[in-house]
Order: sequence, then structure tokens, then C-alpha cells
Amino acid sequence: MEKERTRTTYPENEGDSSLLSRRQFLKGLGGGIFILFSYGEVAESQQPGTQAPVDFNAILNIREDGRVSCYTGKIEMGQGIVTSLAQMLAEELDVPLGSVDMVMGDTDLCPWDMGTFGSRSTKHFGPTLREAAAEARALLIQLAAEHLKLPENRLSTRQGAVFNKENEKNRVSYATLTKGKRIEKRLERKPSLKPVSNFTVSGKPANRKDALEKVTGKAQFTGDIRLPGMLYARILRPPAHGARLKRVDTGAAQAVKDVQVIRDGDLIAVLHSHPDKAEKALARIKSEFEVPTSEVNERTIFEHLLKVAPEGTVVQQAGDIEKGRGLAKMRLDGTYLTRYVAHAPIETHTAVVNVEKNKVTVYASTQRPFRAKEEVAEALAVPARNVRVITPYVGGGFGGKSWNRQVVEAARLSKLAARPVQVMWSREEEFFYDTFQPAAIVKISSGLDDTNRIVFWEYHVYFAGERSSQLFYDVPHILTVPHGSWSGGAGVHPFQTGTWRAPGSNSNTFGRESHIDLMAVHAGIDPLTFRLNHLKDRRMRRLLEAAAQQFGWKSLKRPISRGEGVACGDYLGTYVAVMAEVDVDKKTGKVQVKRVVICQDIGQVINPEGAKMQMEGCVMMGLGYTLSEEIHFDGGQINDRNYDTYEIPRFSGLPKIETVLIENPEMPPQGGGEPAIICTGAVIANAIYDAIGVRLFELPMTSDRIMKAMTKK
Amino acid sequence: MNENIEFKLNHKPVQWSGDGERMLLWVLRTDLGLTGAKYGCGKGICGACTVLINKKALRSCQVPLKEIHGKEVITIEGLAQNGQLHPLQKAFIEKGALQCGFCTPGMILSAYRLLMEKPVPTEEDILQGMNDVLCRCGAHQRIVQAIQSAAIELRSPR
Repeated sequence: MEKERTRTTYPENEGDSSLLSRRQFLKGLGGGIFILFSYGEVAESQQPGTQAPVDFNAILNIREDGRVSCYTGKIEMGQGIVTSLAQMLAEELDVPLGSVDMVMGDTDLCPWDMGTFGSRSTKHFGPTLREAAAEARALLIQLAAEHLKLPENRLSTRQGAVFNKENEKNRVSYATLTKGKRIEKRLERKPSLKPVSNFTVSGKPANRKDALEKVTGKAQFTGDIRLPGMLYARILRPPAHGARLKRVDTGAAQAVKDVQVIRDGDLIAVLHSHPDKAEKALARIKSEFEVPTSEVNERTIFEHLLKVAPEGTVVQQAGDIEKGRGLAKMRLDGTYLTRYVAHAPIETHTAVVNVEKNKVTVYASTQRPFRAKEEVAEALAVPARNVRVITPYVGGGFGGKSWNRQVVEAARLSKLAARPVQVMWSREEEFFYDTFQPAAIVKISSGLDDTNRIVFWEYHVYFAGERSSQLFYDVPHILTVPHGSWSGGAGVHPFQTGTWRAPGSNSNTFGRESHIDLMAVHAGIDPLTFRLNHLKDRRMRRLLEAAAQQFGWKSLKRPISRGEGVACGDYLGTYVAVMAEVDVDKKTGKVQVKRVVICQDIGQVINPEGAKMQMEGCVMMGLGYTLSEEIHFDGGQINDRNYDTYEIPRFSGLPKIETVLIENPEMPPQGGGEPAIICTGAVIANAIYDAIGVRLFELPMTSDRIMKAMTKK
Repeated sequence: MNENIEFKLNHKPVQWSGDGERMLLWVLRTDLGLTGAKYGCGKGICGACTVLINKKALRSCQVPLKEIHGKEVITIEGLAQNGQLHPLQKAFIEKGALQCGFCTPGMILSAYRLLMEKPVPTEEDILQGMNDVLCRCGAHQRIVQAIQSAAIELRSPR
């Protein structure tokens, strides 16, 4: 029944022939123990209601030499799951961490996966991996019982071997047990997992498994793939989004030696065996585009967004908002603005595609290899089973590599050129086709009663999305209404927007935590105390208290020219509290962030070092959208096209970052790649307010905006 | 307009013939098969393509091949010698001074030059000296720690 339903709704599954080819493929992997499991189960756990095919693929393989391969559709883009997932597997299977080989993002070898985003890898894939490992371990104990002629209950496992609990010398290695065997086992039941208290690998700091390759230049990224006969493509681009090609003359480019010019509808590309020569030839193409005029620009954008905003959906309601308004003795309204921000990974979108008869091989810098597989199949009109997507290391994604435009471009060009083709976007193309964090507006209306408690909170957010929009403070009358999501829709943004590290939450947290601070100031209460006064949630209280202790926070009315700020937030189950200290140069408006204390509760911690790296990275990256990063544009024309005018954080802006992981082993692991970024805007805005007594309502808080705000005051 | 250009690449002599106006980055990555130096911005802004030319850290996307005739080029692939990682490479691993790893070759080679000029760097020296090398993942704090730790190892008698 289940099988029927999924088979008819998922385009990739083409019935038995596809299953058969996978069976054969699995055979090709050689001997050992395989734990297989169904796509559908993971899909369901990642997003309830997802309809994915029921097919079984290996999740782990204990090989005859005792090494263990882990197959995951997740990809490594710097977030460190190449290490943390290996740790989870090594822990549950009882093998040394060094004996685990990670095979990631290969659509032929790995179980189907929706994509690497939303801080889900450890949280959602991790448990399945642990179950598979527990299943394998149980099987190894069964085999060992026969081998050692002992009952299973007298056996235990450690370091890749099964041993007699009473006589540890009486043992047999996993390698010996798997030798000459081929056992496939489906992961169907829920095996019992190791209790956290028995962990020896998880929860301990581990060096990154990818570090050696990455410091020696051996790590391969998509752009480093070299296929025989490969051509490098450079593509003709419009000057603005929405522009239409009127005339084109490729004659001069065609005249360049060894250059191939390809035109397929609007896709016009120059191909050469050297990328720089293709680039030079591209410059010889003469083209004319019609650029539509647009009223939407940096000055009008927020007005425009409010005009086109949909009605909105209530996501949180408590009490009666009108009654709450009536109870307020002091009413405070605020509008908080955030602007378009680029992902700007140092590796631009890249793909290498080789279209052959009945076979398409794709290498891609992507966060969604399985989506890329479908997109290529559709673009080339070939069965999806003929397409294999391999994901080398990804040089940063942050949500931007969930879109695979470059993969489809390379696929179309490879088909037409009948050669392997590499498309590596230039930095200018990367800024042009990025799916930016959307400009967004948060409007808050709130009120205090005569005991300085918040009595009502009416919250509207436009185009950031609902994530982190719901109030966790204890307020009797609440209404929370998101209008539109981060992807915008037709007629909303003049270019594409999408998921940017902790999508939606950066704008929502900036709005909420700035406004809470504003209320604390009007109440004449220290902003930390004011927050605690409205917090019943014990996890959040504990975090704020830990941050205060680490920071040395003094409970004082603000502003007091100390340049100190506090903010906290929640993101998909993870809690964060941040305190920061800044210096503001009143003559120039320049902000120097001196110190950031960040406390996080992600439940059980698998790799503490890895988790802290993500927290530090979030703080640094967050300082970008907070202080300097914004895309300048005029209609569909993007005016920031490189790192010269688009300023990402640099070493000179590095504060002293102190990270604190709050132990919470009773809670299963939550995501840690994104949450620590969400408070950055507010904590710095609040610290700036404390420093100069002026509140900024718009990000990024550039020197110009700070100077203007000071003048206004 | 073919030019014959001779230089040393990772301790071995190379003879290359071609258009001397071509940028070193692309010749390294395509003709010479060394992909450790990365394309990041194409304008010499980000530092991902940094290599050592006569021990100076330079942006290979901005260096035409004709300018390296007779010089010595070291890329990230040539930094470890005789199977021994350079102290900077070791320190980057130990301190976890990388995430996606795409900027890492340029980071390490830029730090190599910085430590030649400032063998006893203050934190401020490192922040200023590395300021024009971009990392988007935000590994900065650990990169600073790795450079400090490598500086100590480089100074200690072996």
C-alpha cells in the first residue's frame, strides 16, 4: 500500500528496472556486511509528509578488511559533519573513528536525501545512522557467538572486535567475522541504542577528518575535477535580471582558435580547453539587451515590499490582542529593516558534467545532489536512473548552493558539445545569480503595564518567513503574523531570494531582540533582568544566566556608555544567548566589536570542537550582515559584483569570541550549523545603543547609518 | 607570441611554452595540473589563489606567466617536504583552523610570508597581515591561533 502510493507520486522511481540496477550496483560494492534502509523512512523523518520512493540502499558497509564505509546523501561544506557523523557511527558500532570512511552526496551510492540545510544532518540523519550501526553491531555479535561458541549475552564489543566479557583475550575482529561473507540486512525495526553515559567517541573533541587533505591542497572541490577532453565554458550573461537579449554577434569569438561557441535558445556559451581563453573569447561577443525599467531600488524597496505583501497567516495567538492593547500604560512601536545579503561562499557555483550515451555523470558544488539529479534528467530529457551526481567537497554553501542553476547549464552544454564541460561561475556571476537573503521588515507594536510587564505583543514580519518569529517570552496577549516567505514570489523581489544561513531568523531575531531592549530601556530596567522577568522557559533562563556569568554582566539601567548588549533566540530546537561589547567611534561611526560571549544549548553534543567552530563561524559571518553587508541594486541590476564593494568580515573585525556549550545530554542532538548566527544583529544593535545612546533600526549598521542616526538624535 | 618560460615549481624545474600574458593561476590549474590554488574573485581581492613567488605571497590570478621566468614558485602542494607537513599545516589541523577549506591554501601561504617578515608576531600583526585574505566560514579566530602556534614551532630549535 505504502509502496504503491510513493511509486506513483515520485518521478525518480521508474519501477523495477531502477530497483534492479541498484541491486546490481550494490553487488558491485563487494563483500562484507551491509545495512540497507529505505529512502522513504529518512524522507519522512526529515519532513513529515514527504513522499519519497521506497527503495533500499546501503547506509553502512563493514568491509572485509574491517574498515567501515558510511554512505550519506548529506554533503560536507565546512560544517564538519564528515567528522560528527563518523563519530556517531564509530560510537554506536564500536570501531575506531579512524576506520570510518565517509562517502557523501553520491546519488548512486548513497541513500536518497532531501539536502544539506536547516541544521538537520546530526539531528535527523544522525539517529538513522546510529540505528543502522546498532543493527550491524547486533549482527556482528550474532556472528561472533557462532564463531566463539558463546552465548550472545556473554559478548561485548570494543574497537572493532567482539570479545568475551569474562575473558577479553577470547575475541574476534569485525574483519574476521565479515571475511568471505556478504550479508545484507534491512534496517526496519528500531534497535536499542547505547545510552549517552556509555559514550566514548561522541561528545569528545575530534580533529576534522578532512583537515589533512585541506591543508595540503589534495582536497578536491568540483572545480578541481579534470576529465579527459573537458572543456571550460563561459556563458553570456544579461546586465540585469529580467533583461531580454535583442541582438548578438558571436563572429569574433568564433574566430578565436580552438573555441567552440554554443547557442541553445538564450544559453550562449564559449568553450575552450583553457578557462582563461574561453573568458577572453567571451569578451569578444557583441550583445545588446533590453533592460526593463523598474521603480524598485534601494530607496524604495521597503515601501514596495509593504505594498505587495500578502495578508499573512497567524502563527501564534494568545489572549486577546485588543484587550492587551487596552491594558497597556505605555505603548511602544518599532519597525526593523534588514537588507539583501549575499551568501558569497569563496567557492563559486561550479559543475562538471559528462553526458554520454545512456549515462550522465555530474560533479557539483551543491547542497542538494538528489535535486540536481532530477533537474539534469529533466533538462536533458533522460531517465533519472541514468544520471549520477557526485558531490566533492563544497567550498561553502550557507543555503546558497541549494540552487543548482550551474549544474543544468553544464549539462546542457556537455550534451551539445559532446564533451565533458565545466561551468565555474565567475565571482560576478556568483553575485548576480545568488539567491539572496531577502530584504525584510518587522513591525512590532507592544505595551507595558504599570508593573513594567509586557501586556501585549503584536508582531508582523514581511518576507523573512516565520522561522523564529514566535515569541518565547511570557506575555499574556500575543499575535504573530508572518506575511510572505523568504522566497518572495512573483513581483516581490527584483531578483531571486532564498534560504540564507538560518533563513528568516536573522531578521526576526533582530526585530524581536531590539524591541525587547527598547522596552527594557523605557521600563528603566536592565535588559537582562527585563528578559528574565518575562521568561519561564528554563532552558533559555539557564543560557542567559550562563552568558551573564561568562561575560561578567552587570545589572544596570542602560545606556551607560559601556557598549554592552544582550540578545537571545531560538532556532529549530536550538537555543542561543549572546552578549557583546563594542566600541563606537563617534567621529566616524565605525564600530569595532571587541568581545562576544555566545552560549548555546544544542541538546546532546557529538563533537564539541566542531560545534564550537560552527558557533565561532556564525559570530564572524553574522558580523557581516550586521555591520557591512548589503547588496546594492537598481531594479534587476546588481551593483555589488565582487568583494571590493561587498564587504564580508575580515581579520581586522575579529572580536574575542568565547563559546560556551551548555550540557543538555537528555535532549537528542539539535542542529548547530546555523542558530548561533541569529542573534548577531540585535546583540550588536543593543551594544551600540548602550555605547552611544542611539538605536539603529536597520541592518547593516554601517558607519553612514550610525552617523545619520546620531545626527537625528 | 609563444614564449618559453622557465621557472622552478615546487622545487622542480619547469619549462613552459605559451602565451606569457596568461595568468599563473590558470596555467597552474589547467596546464600544470596543480589545483591547490583556487579561483575566488579573479581580481586579487580574496587571496584564494595565493602562491609563493620567490617566497613572496602573491595573487596568482594577477601574475602573468612572463613575470615568473627565472623565479621560484611554491604552491600549497609543494609546502610539505619529504613527507613532513610544514608547521603551519600542522597547526591548522591541530587548531581546527579551517571549515570548508577553500581559502585554506591561500591562508597558509599568506601566513608563511607573514611569519618570514614577522617571526614573532603580535596578535595585531597577524590581524593586519592577514586582513586581505578572505574566509567566509569564519574560521578567523582559529587561524590566528594556528599562526601563533606555528610561529612558536618555527622559532624553536629542531
